[in-house]
Amino acid sequence: MTERRIRIMVAKPGLDGHDRGARILSRCFRDAGFEVIYTGCHQTPEQIASAAIQEDVDLVGLSCLSGAHRYLFPRVVELLRERGGDDITVIGGGIIPDQDLQMLHDAGIKAVFTPGASLDSIVQWVRENVSVK
Amino acid sequence: MKEADKIRKGDVRTATRLIRNIEDSIPEAKTAIKHLFPFTGRAHVVGLTGAPGAGKSTLIDSLISRYRKMNKTIGALLVDPTSPFTGGAILGDRIRLQRHAEDPQVFVRSLATRGALGGLSKAAGDAIHVMDAMGKDLVFVETVGTGQQEVEVMNHVHTVVVVMIPGMGDDIQAIKAGILEVADIFVINKADREGAGRLYQELMHMLDMAGTFAGGWRPPIISVDTMFKPELFHEGVEELSTKIDEHYENLVSKNLLGSRLRRKVMAELNEALQSSILTPILRKIIDSGEMESLIEKLIKKETDPYTCAEEIAKKYLR
Amino acid sequence: MYFSRETLKQSAESRKKWEEEVSNALSQWQDQKERWSTVSDLEIQRIYGPEELQNMDFARDIGCPGEYPFLRGNQITGYRGRYWTFRMFAGMGTARDTNRRWKLLLKQGQTGLSTAFDFPTLMGYDTGNPRALGECGKCGVAIDTLEDFMQLVDGIPLDRITTSMTINPPATVLWAMYCAAADLNGVPLKKIGGTIQNDMLKEFIAQKTFMCPPEPSVKLISDTIEFGTQYVPKWNTISISGYHIREAGSTAVQELAFTLRDGIEYVEDVVRRKGLDVDAFAPRLSFFFNSHIDFFEEICKMRAARRMWAKIMRERFKAKDPRSWWMRFHTQTAGCSLTAQQPYNNVVRTAIEALAAVLGGTQSLHTNSLDEVWCLPTEHAVEIALRTQQVIAEETGVASTIDPLGGSYFVESLTNEMEAQAWEYIEKIDAMGGMIAAIEKGFPQMEIADAAYRFQQQLESGEKVMVGVNRYVTDEGDEIPTLDIDDNIEKEQVERLNGIKRKRDDKAVKRHLNELRRACKKGDNVMPHCIEAVKSLATLQEICDVYREVYGEYTDPAIY
Repeated sequence: MTERRIRIMVAKPGLDGHDRGARILSRCFRDAGFEVIYTGCHQTPEQIASAAIQEDVDLVGLSCLSGAHRYLFPRVVELLRERGGDDITVIGGGIIPDQDLQMLHDAGIKAVFTPGASLDSIVQWVRENVSVK
Repeated sequence: MKEADKIRKGDVRTATRLIRNIEDSIPEAKTAIKHLFPFTGRAHVVGLTGAPGAGKSTLIDSLISRYRKMNKTIGALLVDPTSPFTGGAILGDRIRLQRHAEDPQVFVRSLATRGALGGLSKAAGDAIHVMDAMGKDLVFVETVGTGQQEVEVMNHVHTVVVVMIPGMGDDIQAIKAGILEVADIFVINKADREGAGRLYQELMHMLDMAGTFAGGWRPPIISVDTMFKPELFHEGVEELSTKIDEHYENLVSKNLLGSRLRRKVMAELNEALQSSILTPILRKIIDSGEMESLIEKLIKKETDPYTCAEEIAKKYLR
Repeated sequence: MYFSRETLKQSAESRKKWEEEVSNALSQWQDQKERWSTVSDLEIQRIYGPEELQNMDFARDIGCPGEYPFLRGNQITGYRGRYWTFRMFAGMGTARDTNRRWKLLLKQGQTGLSTAFDFPTLMGYDTGNPRALGECGKCGVAIDTLEDFMQLVDGIPLDRITTSMTINPPATVLWAMYCAAADLNGVPLKKIGGTIQNDMLKEFIAQKTFMCPPEPSVKLISDTIEFGTQYVPKWNTISISGYHIREAGSTAVQELAFTLRDGIEYVEDVVRRKGLDVDAFAPRLSFFFNSHIDFFEEICKMRAARRMWAKIMRERFKAKDPRSWWMRFHTQTAGCSLTAQQPYNNVVRTAIEALAAVLGGTQSLHTNSLDEVWCLPTEHAVEIALRTQQVIAEETGVASTIDPLGGSYFVESLTNEMEAQAWEYIEKIDAMGGMIAAIEKGFPQMEIADAAYRFQQQLESGEKVMVGVNRYVTDEGDEIPTLDIDDNIEKEQVERLNGIKRKRDDKAVKRHLNELRRACKKGDNVMPHCIEAVKSLATLQEICDVYREVYGEYTDPAIY
């Protein structure tokens, strides 16, 4: 009777409180059958990294609309690596201009979903790219 | 065994993965728990239960701050319901505890109730063992006290705190009856609200009716003001933590810890039996289609549940 | 009676005939879809007629512009006397960068200023605080001390230009800086005009920029209202905002209802806590709405809002001054209606939304720029957005007559319907014990989250359409130039702050902060102490830390 269930953390790093996307995504992940841990707004990268490790999540989804993603997203990846969570996949979303995509990718963000990305495409991506390691 | 050693040294990654393996019913997880079991029994396990919105997470958050000041190490297990339709869950109680996320002495883990066959109580019981074996001084367990599963979870704790808020309409009725019977401490949260006095009276009346209490511990009723009045709120939390400690001391000094442990191990044995005997049988009769045909027969009254059970026992329990 | 019996009879007859024809036509050609609804999912009928309006009373429900219940506008002369204020929200990088953008906008014909602050400022942290790393200047201007503020308003005539500041938890501090800057520039407080957003309830409900718990947050707001009433009479000390509620995914009705209920909560608090007569401060209350893409729904929402507020002030609060009955509001086109795909379409959306705001009778307007889904707007994009308003005002003729849609069967019906639904919400919140109690229960938050999720699902299923997103999709993207905020300004701003800290008189700072702390504990008005503190160069965070210490800190509740 073993059944692996994907665990996902939806987190909002930084100071912006625009959580419409994060909340919709959390519900959508729940409806897709995943277990979602939602951290709420105003989280530091440190808080997110340690929560992700404590919760044994397979994926961390970061949402940021303030423009501070260039610092915040890579910092989460860096901290996860430092704390032995390098197998946790990190993706991001929010207001992210095209020219930042490469640097985020280089920093270890596996996918970035910008405004207009459909929920289906995000769930699909998770199913294809995330498994319990 | 390496895994158990790592957990005993407090390794969070290993501990949280073991809890995951228990939730997912990975067979090896049982072995790990077997190895850890001798090293459990040190932690004081405190359960908080009450309706959604009663303020349990906020209380745990403040209790953690208070016990951290006394240098106690903490584990917290937060249980949230799984959606019966999709099997997914949003576990959001953690939000309230995020300010402790960076404290290495505080380990917070969320748990979804999963389905009835998921064995929430078993997973929670084992997760408590894991946190206990990690060396946590206190383990808090939070559940929404409205379902049978959650009542069963409370069998795994030493001190049961039932949290209520005034103005929920059917205050006492909202809580599953089984939980009222095991309550050790009542909290009236947001006690500045209208209806707090009435709720207090109702609880007092209920306790008066009960008459005698094991070990002479009559569950105290603690009023906690809204967190938006910080000073009063903290006074309430302080009183709560004092009572939590006193309750444990009372269990120890009156030699009642033994009976609490009896309740705990009986629950564990019960669940272990379920998972070792009943669950595999259920799985087999579901997978083989037997379950469906039995259900059909029962609906048509061609047989009765006792006869079915006896036949299944004969077939599978030799 | 709005219609003669004869008219109603004629209408009923022709409508019956028409309905038969419709059912004949439908048997041959199906409608494109079964159910027609607004973007907020309010069902719309095939046609509206006099029947829908027969219970309306002209004097009670409609009236003339400048006359209770102000359905048709506050101003007797409408836009003929004066257009709405063209007020573009601007702020980025350092105070010097924003000052430059402001001067550019004024040169291009903008008539009021509006400030966007960066997130550390919005949350009451100084630049360089560990919680604020990476945020400096990113989505607004960074302000740490009065020196930054002086640079921000450098060369701006504070006695002539009104300035709006989108600031909430630390509103007292930024307003104190404005007052101090006026003082240092020799402009008396009674001459300065502008607005601070200063609406905390909608932060708990929707935008989630919060610092202290709801109750002390409302107390600080009442302090500003009291101080403004006494010393800064031309200032709008609050802008009760539906904008963010809508951006968080609410329906138009929820935006209307929650905003007005927030307004009720503030008025109650000022009356109770400060003992002020409602007419002493109500004329300075202002509102802020969203103008979304569903054209008529928005117009009706704004018309209903004016009428409802007039009723609330006159009937619920017994205000006697007609100016207390006025709902004055600013409008911004909907950021959440813009798309990252095919960004030039955003110019069209914004134009339509701006037109709705004008037909709804707004008194002030911000039009979003086409690139705002990607970044802070570039100068070119802002110029197009501003020109959009100028075209509407000067070319289209919609400003020639007042409330041109008044009397439309559809518009009046929808206005009535939205108002009725909004009252239901208000009554429900009243029954919960008010907005703070409702927020603690998570009621408005959950209603909005449900609506946002419902819309998203309708979008995914194709029931609702966004051009370029789920219909008329093209593969190749339109490359648009975007504005980039240099990551290095954070370092420069921290150095500047450290320099200020070195040169200021620390003893004076400490003394003023202590006085502020005492005022907070005693429940006195904080404003005079706040002004003294900023003058001594206490930083934004130092002042906010006093609030956090005395009032406690609010965290995101576990409601999802």
